[in-house]
Amino acid sequence: MGSNMAEAHPVGFQWVMEAKEKGATVIHVDPRFTRTSALCDLHVPLRAGSDICFLGGVVNYIFEHDLAFRDYVAAYTNASFIVHRDFADTEDLDGLFSGYDEATASYDRSSWQYEHEGDGGTLAEPSAREHAAGHSHGSGGARLEGGSGPIRRDPTLEHPRCVYQLVKRHFARYTPEMVAEVCGTPLEQFLKVCAAWTSASGRERTAAVVYAVGWTQHTTGAQLIRTAAIIQLLLGNMGRPGGGIMAMRGHASIQGSTDIPTLFNLLPGYLPMPSVETGRDLATYLEAVTADRQKGFWRNADAYFVSLLKEYFGERASAENDFGFDWLPRTSGDHGTYRSVMDMVDGKVFGYFLLGQNPAIGSAHGRLQRLGLANLDWLVVRDLTMIESATFFLDAPEVATGEIVPGACRTEVFFFPAAAHTEKAGTFTQTQRMVQWRDQAVEPTGDQRSELWFFYHLGRKIKALVADSAEERDEPLRALWWDYAVVGDEPQADDVLRRINGSDEHTGRLLEGYGELKADGSTSCGCWIYSGVFAGGVNQAARRTPASAEDPYALAWGWAWPANRRILYNRASADPSGRPWSATKACVWWDEERQEWVGRDVPDFEKSKAPSYVAPPNAVGPEALDGDDPFIMQADGKGWLMAPNGLEDGPLPTHYEPHESPVRNALYAQQANPTRRVYPRADNPSNPAPPERHGEVFPFVLTTARLTEHHTAGAMSRTLSYLAELQPALTVEVSPELARLRHLEHLGFAHVITSRAAIEARVVVTDRMVPLVVQDEVVHQVWMPYHFGARGLVTGDAVNDLFGISLDPNVFIQETKAATCDIRPGRRPSGNALAELLARYRARAGITTETGARFDTAVAPGGAAGERRP
Amino acid sequence: MSRTNERQRVPEDGSREVTMVPRARPASYYGRAVLKPPVWQEDIAYYFFLGGLSAGASLLAAGADQSGRTALRRGGRLGALGSLGLGTFFLVKDLGRPERFHHMLRVAKLTSPMSVGTWILSAYGAACATAAAAEVWPAPRTRGRPARVLAVAGRPAGLVAALLAPAVAAYTAVLIADTAVPAWNAARRELPFVFTASAAASAGGLGMIVAPPDEAAPARRLAQYGAIVELAASRRLEARRELALEPYRSGEAGRLLNRASALTAAGVLGSMLAGRRSRLAAVCSGAALLAGGVYERLGIFRAGVASTTDPRYVNGG
Amino acid sequence: MRIAPNSLFGPVEDVAGQAGHGEHPPRMGFFTDTSICIGCKACEVACKEWNGVPEDGMNLLGMSMDNTGGLGASSWRHVAFIEQPRRLAGSDAGIAGLPVGPSGAQATAAIVESALRRAPRGGGELGTSAFAPDHVPEVPVAEGPERMDFRWLMLSDVCKHCTHAGCLDVCPTGALVRSEFGTVVVQQDICNGCGYCVSACPFGVIDRRPGDGRAHKCTLCYDRLRGGLEPACAKACPTDSIQYGELDVLRDRATARLETLRERGVVEARLYGEDPRDGVGGFGAFFLLLDEPAVYGLPNAPVVASRDLPAMWKAAGVAALGLFAAALSAFMEPREP
Repeated sequence: MGSNMAEAHPVGFQWVMEAKEKGATVIHVDPRFTRTSALCDLHVPLRAGSDICFLGGVVNYIFEHDLAFRDYVAAYTNASFIVHRDFADTEDLDGLFSGYDEATASYDRSSWQYEHEGDGGTLAEPSAREHAAGHSHGSGGARLEGGSGPIRRDPTLEHPRCVYQLVKRHFARYTPEMVAEVCGTPLEQFLKVCAAWTSASGRERTAAVVYAVGWTQHTTGAQLIRTAAIIQLLLGNMGRPGGGIMAMRGHASIQGSTDIPTLFNLLPGYLPMPSVETGRDLATYLEAVTADRQKGFWRNADAYFVSLLKEYFGERASAENDFGFDWLPRTSGDHGTYRSVMDMVDGKVFGYFLLGQNPAIGSAHGRLQRLGLANLDWLVVRDLTMIESATFFLDAPEVATGEIVPGACRTEVFFFPAAAHTEKAGTFTQTQRMVQWRDQAVEPTGDQRSELWFFYHLGRKIKALVADSAEERDEPLRALWWDYAVVGDEPQADDVLRRINGSDEHTGRLLEGYGELKADGSTSCGCWIYSGVFAGGVNQAARRTPASAEDPYALAWGWAWPANRRILYNRASADPSGRPWSATKACVWWDEERQEWVGRDVPDFEKSKAPSYVAPPNAVGPEALDGDDPFIMQADGKGWLMAPNGLEDGPLPTHYEPHESPVRNALYAQQANPTRRVYPRADNPSNPAPPERHGEVFPFVLTTARLTEHHTAGAMSRTLSYLAELQPALTVEVSPELARLRHLEHLGFAHVITSRAAIEARVVVTDRMVPLVVQDEVVHQVWMPYHFGARGLVTGDAVNDLFGISLDPNVFIQETKAATCDIRPGRRPSGNALAELLARYRARAGITTETGARFDTAVAPGGAAGERRP
Repeated sequence: MSRTNERQRVPEDGSREVTMVPRARPASYYGRAVLKPPVWQEDIAYYFFLGGLSAGASLLAAGADQSGRTALRRGGRLGALGSLGLGTFFLVKDLGRPERFHHMLRVAKLTSPMSVGTWILSAYGAACATAAAAEVWPAPRTRGRPARVLAVAGRPAGLVAALLAPAVAAYTAVLIADTAVPAWNAARRELPFVFTASAAASAGGLGMIVAPPDEAAPARRLAQYGAIVELAASRRLEARRELALEPYRSGEAGRLLNRASALTAAGVLGSMLAGRRSRLAAVCSGAALLAGGVYERLGIFRAGVASTTDPRYVNGG
Repeated sequence: MRIAPNSLFGPVEDVAGQAGHGEHPPRMGFFTDTSICIGCKACEVACKEWNGVPEDGMNLLGMSMDNTGGLGASSWRHVAFIEQPRRLAGSDAGIAGLPVGPSGAQATAAIVESALRRAPRGGGELGTSAFAPDHVPEVPVAEGPERMDFRWLMLSDVCKHCTHAGCLDVCPTGALVRSEFGTVVVQQDICNGCGYCVSACPFGVIDRRPGDGRAHKCTLCYDRLRGGLEPACAKACPTDSIQYGELDVLRDRATARLETLRERGVVEARLYGEDPRDGVGGFGAFFLLLDEPAVYGLPNAPVVASRDLPAMWKAAGVAALGLFAAALSAFMEPREP
């Protein structure tokens, strides 16, 4: 669901096929019938953007038919915890939770907290709205003051304010009939999914969920995945073999680039970036990262962070200078990619690095991207080929409209040819957190150089420039430790990996794992979760021993963080007393004789902590974890059915319509995510969505995806004849029904229009696309691949030009998997005629900067448009 | 043979549109041919004609030599070599790598009619050339050993050529029949007769052109025998209602073959009615027979190509 | 010349031996199981990459996801995609209950077919050289019953390496040879581009490459086999839809697989080309199909033309004798006055 695995991840799909051969039922829930669907037992169509309703329906089905894995849920989730009496659900507020403030479009989360024995215990949690809050909580979930304290529980799960009952009540209206009405999925199909999924539950059976950007690229993306997590927790499918939720990554090592991040708000290992509020000094920062009274290993963030500073600044970092904490930059708000692009357009950003990224094609709202690139002082592009983001000043569509004038564009572009992955050594980290080393196969040709080479020498040269500077602002650069091993002029990737692993500052010994990290400056570590990848001085990521009968998890193939665990939270694969739930699903278990956890995987639990262990009342951190607290990074050691903290848009997932939707939210008066981020600007118009009028101007649902034959923005596939010839043209897939409605001809041209852009493509009429009935109306969906651009052996319009910028409030991911559009036969106009066409559409739809910018539709202004439901 | 019913229909909104009701179309992959159409150009059809003509001419020349018909002999020998030379030119030209023509002589393969044909053609070509050379350089007017050898070798060479000639005329039929091309393969029993008969008719036509009417009686008879068999074989092909033979009756190939039959019939009628009396009528009839031979081969060639581009001829439907 | 039994037709125990190889490895081949093909085309790319096969045209064909169109001189693997408004046994496309009209499959196929008919080689260009479907006729609006179901078949097609290979039989230069692995390979330094093999292949596999002039087709990666490696396409296939190995082993595996599928109710599953008694003596590269071969663009009942070669020579002999006799009789008549 949300993944077209056979097409986008064909190599990984072999394991799905193998599972199917062994008798697994494979279900594909997707707006289109794809190559994945063709191989599945069941394809279930749904309307793009209605996934939470679908999954919420599964949650409801579990409660309705009492199908939860009760023993698991009671022991390992927060089902029994009692939530504060001030909490009000979407059931009470017609689509909003308690604490909503429309002025800031954000929540005060204090009423979402647990109740504690005695003091009631909730703390006001300030909104982290400007800081991509989801990520600011690190790998283990949110900070939760009091997580280790005496939380009030009801083990019978009967208390009306216990999480179990709240979740049950929250999803009660997600009935199969409602799912059919909102998603367009036929009732029987939905019930088949429910039956199959819930049957893969309990001691003997598990089910896995695979998703990709079909889930993430929504204004409700984080909550969408949360909904799946709730189902998997209710069914007891987390921390167990054959369970889990698998994110199919978009590129090799996307996982790696969040672990050791390229994100503005994170430091390595999901440590939050200091902000102007949290960054006063080290103590303030650490206070903000961890709560005083919480369970789990996240409590030790001080050791992880100080070791990171030691890695950054080496001997210059000491207890006296807060280990160089002041040398780190502070965030002062949203510096995400889309905010930055708008700041570029507004003249607030002067320089930009693009490394293996082609935003002129691959990012939402291509026109805004290109106008931003055209308004810089300088732009550095490092890529394998001359991409559209490097040549936008020559061949952007805006050149035809006169918005970009090639001779007058002010941006100075520096293009650096990059070495491909085969031309350099390094690691890939895949979705299972497995780090795999790869050797260099061939020398790069010509001027191509590795990223490592580029940044090492860039840093070296900048350091040389400021070596004699007396300016205080240059001090961080001068303090930076930059002495990596170099052979010839190429810095050695394995040396970098050693620094990431970390070492004892006194002896130089490489660390065995993050348990050895200290907050006193005696250890250094570039990324605490990767600590152990060079354990014993051996590059663990370079191991290549495949799975065998004795070693089904292939523990000697590569290395998975943390501590080479293949299944996270695998303590949950055993029952509370430490025995496997079943023989077939055994993973780790408590060995009474040896008094330690043993098993097929590396136990994700303190090795000698007995299942019966009960933490002393005042313990914090790992010591506070009981013997049956499998979720060791969580502040309360439990899997969260309801998230009292950590999410911007509510403690429970709620179906909101996409920012642009053809239909009114059938579940609540609240139409769309009330905390989604929208940027009401003249250059970022939105198509109207109910209760706004004129949605009929853009009547169809638009969704995009990849083709097997191309890769993302196309720089690595449109330039290669063997790939380009396999999908040589931009196409738009429509159902025979929509083709008839709009007079579209197979192989003819059509153009697709939104308030941002009109692009043309060849029409593919196919039975793989189907219309759906949503709230008694027929809804047609339009699908396009987004790989095309102006350059390469095959060219085409950029599909991402169709989208505007509206983001998930937790992770700032754009909604490019569901929007609205119109489609017409024939080619689009170009230049000024194109601009006029778009202006006409915007006028017809009555689009202003106010369109789509109203958050709270639960309360109608003047009580007219949307009436609050009882 | 469209399997769709077209009908006019007025939709509810009053506009008219053509609707096609797809019936169970024959199973195929988007109508794509199962086979690759021959890469051969029409050159090959010309070669088939010229090879047959050469063969027939060599037979006439040998007969004329034995029976003392000088003009027929001379015309036959020169015609045989000339058409063979031109035919070989077309043959080589049609290769993907003409400079590797001699690779044909690397092996002798009984399973390859082209290989067998190459060897037949080589032997025949040598004999044919010798006979023609003897015609060009007759012994009395020259001195020197080569000429004397030629003078002696002319007659046996002509006989050898005549012995090989039927094979030259017939092997090309096996060559195209021994393919997956439906129209050719399905006609494998008839094609050798069509080809040899057409060779006879064409050579007869040539004889009627190159020899005066009083020498050309055997040519006329050969033309008549050939034309009758050719027409009979063609009729038989058309009479068989096999799907793979449909291209012989339809489309461009059908038109070419009709023209071939008409020309052949006209030529043979002309030769019977006026060939004896009028040189002009003989030349015209001969030309008609030759043209008929060209169209015959072109038609057969086209029918073969057409049968490869429609999957129906392979998988039915 | 030694004539072995069944040299032109029928089962052959040892093809390499029959071709004159003394000590030789077992016959190697492919078993392509379409029931697990995901249509990723990795086989097409891997093949071209390893064998240096050039691009064959950047043309959108409108044949579902297929923009290669067929095997040819520059496509030695071809993945076919077939969209059908019918159910694949054991799976559910989820269409029942949706507001659908008639299927578009026939109408789109008709558009593609009409473009193919207008091409200079009638679509024979596919897989060999550029082919742009330049003509989009008036859209035939599909009519008929509501589509109730759907399935999407995929097949990676390849040279069949026939036991009795028409291309090999007719090659006049000896460029096409039977390798010690029992495969059929073109020797590029010998081929003079006579084009005979193109018309002799009952599957439309081998073709002459424009500009190059020689015939090209799958070699079953002869060079890789010599080096003990599996062919590039099989290596690249993520789901093992393409299986490489000893032909005898593959045949057993395919039979077992067919049984498994039949047990699961996939009654339309069938093997294609595994039977040595078929018209080409069995394929070296055979298939498990989910519909009749014609649906995939394959001949339903391929026969090597050489089967009838003796009869053809016989007919030619009679015809030749006839010609000789006719010539003789033409001269035996009394001289006209």
